[in-house]
Amino acid sequence: MSTIRCDIVSAEAEIFHGEASMVVATGIAGELGIAPRHAPLITLLKPGAVEVIDAQGERHPYYVSGGILEVQPTVVTVLADTALRARDIDEAAARRAKEEAERMLANRGDAKTVAEAQQQLAQALAQLSALERLRKTLKH
Amino acid sequence: MAGAREIRSKIKSVANTRKVTRALEMVSASKIRRAQDLMRASRPYAKHMRRVIAHIAQATTDFRHPALKEREVKRVGYIIVSTDRGLCGGLNANLFRKLLADIREWEHQGVEVDVVTIGQKAAAFFRRIKVNMTASISHLGDRPKIEKLAGVIKVMDDAYLQGKVDRVYLCFNDFVNTMTQKPRVEVLLPLPAAAKQIAETPADAETPSVATAVVQRAHDWDYIYEPEAEPVISHVLQRYVEALVYHAVLENLASEHAARMVAMKAASDNATKAIDTLTLIYNKARQAAITQEISEIVGGAAAV
Repeated sequence: MSTIRCDIVSAEAEIFHGEASMVVATGIAGELGIAPRHAPLITLLKPGAVEVIDAQGERHPYYVSGGILEVQPTVVTVLADTALRARDIDEAAARRAKEEAERMLANRGDAKTVAEAQQQLAQALAQLSALERLRKTLKH
Repeated sequence: MAGAREIRSKIKSVANTRKVTRALEMVSASKIRRAQDLMRASRPYAKHMRRVIAHIAQATTDFRHPALKEREVKRVGYIIVSTDRGLCGGLNANLFRKLLADIREWEHQGVEVDVVTIGQKAAAFFRRIKVNMTASISHLGDRPKIEKLAGVIKVMDDAYLQGKVDRVYLCFNDFVNTMTQKPRVEVLLPLPAAAKQIAETPADAETPSVATAVVQRAHDWDYIYEPEAEPVISHVLQRYVEALVYHAVLENLASEHAARMVAMKAASDNATKAIDTLTLIYNKARQAAITQEISEIVGGAAAV
């Protein structure tokens, strides 16, 4: 029996990886059964089960909360989502990021303390390397 | 004995520096484990996402999404991933040097450059040189969240879709192993350019070749889109950019801890060596002073 390679991954982990004789998933437009040599297809997934039937006919069910399904004749890729996000959160975050950049540009040369402490440490390290050189010359 | 006192205080200050470098080394050593786990976990998703993107770029679609079209480059955007803190060797400096060369090259061709920065170091560096910084985010912590990155991603994404920038690059330090981190500048958008880059990167053992599934077919083909091409491609694109930027942040985080650990270890070792040397010098000075005192006494006694 011919098989198709199947990869199911989420942002956090590789969920399934191997050969399958059939992959069943819930697409946004309805149930899909993907057999080997399926025509190229790409669709969004609804929250639901993705079932992989391997070469031995065994079923491996997985749950995804949405994602992307891509089919090539020899490979099926499921890019599973883990978290759902609203559009407006993006907007607010974009605004904050812009403000942050403006703020940075507005007070150049500020934000001392940490940077200053780091500078001092960097100086100490430079001194150390100088001492190192001194040590080498002393050896002779 | 004036010299001896100075040497002694110097020894003390070097010992204090060593305490700091040791502490930093140990903090990074404990954090690197978690950072590497996170990075490894996000690698498969990024890898498969790249493959899907390479496929999409090869499809001949009726629908022309802006991301699928190569435009004449008038303005480019860079998403720059850096660390929040310093003292991690040449990690940031190497990346910025590479970037700066690229930026100068673009300017030479009369192309303008926009940047968005992730991490304090990049923000601090790029506000000093003359580039247009459109967004920035810092303090992502040890467990970066995609939600926090959404802002900078959206700024660059929108700039691209509105035609303000014609090409988007992603810059970060690639974690090779604890001793090696490689600064990388990758094309993110448009997709054909990104796909070309993916095809050029040598395939590793697990992914024989990124584009194999498609390459053998010479004739034109297209996807069956469900429900339609536009929403599907837009959605995939958003996820693609998010996934890759997120992955870059994790790679950079692991690189940061590795680089800091190595740099601080070297600094601690140097401090130890310096202390040894200074102790030797101190003992010599002390011995010289004693000898001189004795010879003075002996000389004085002989004169009597």
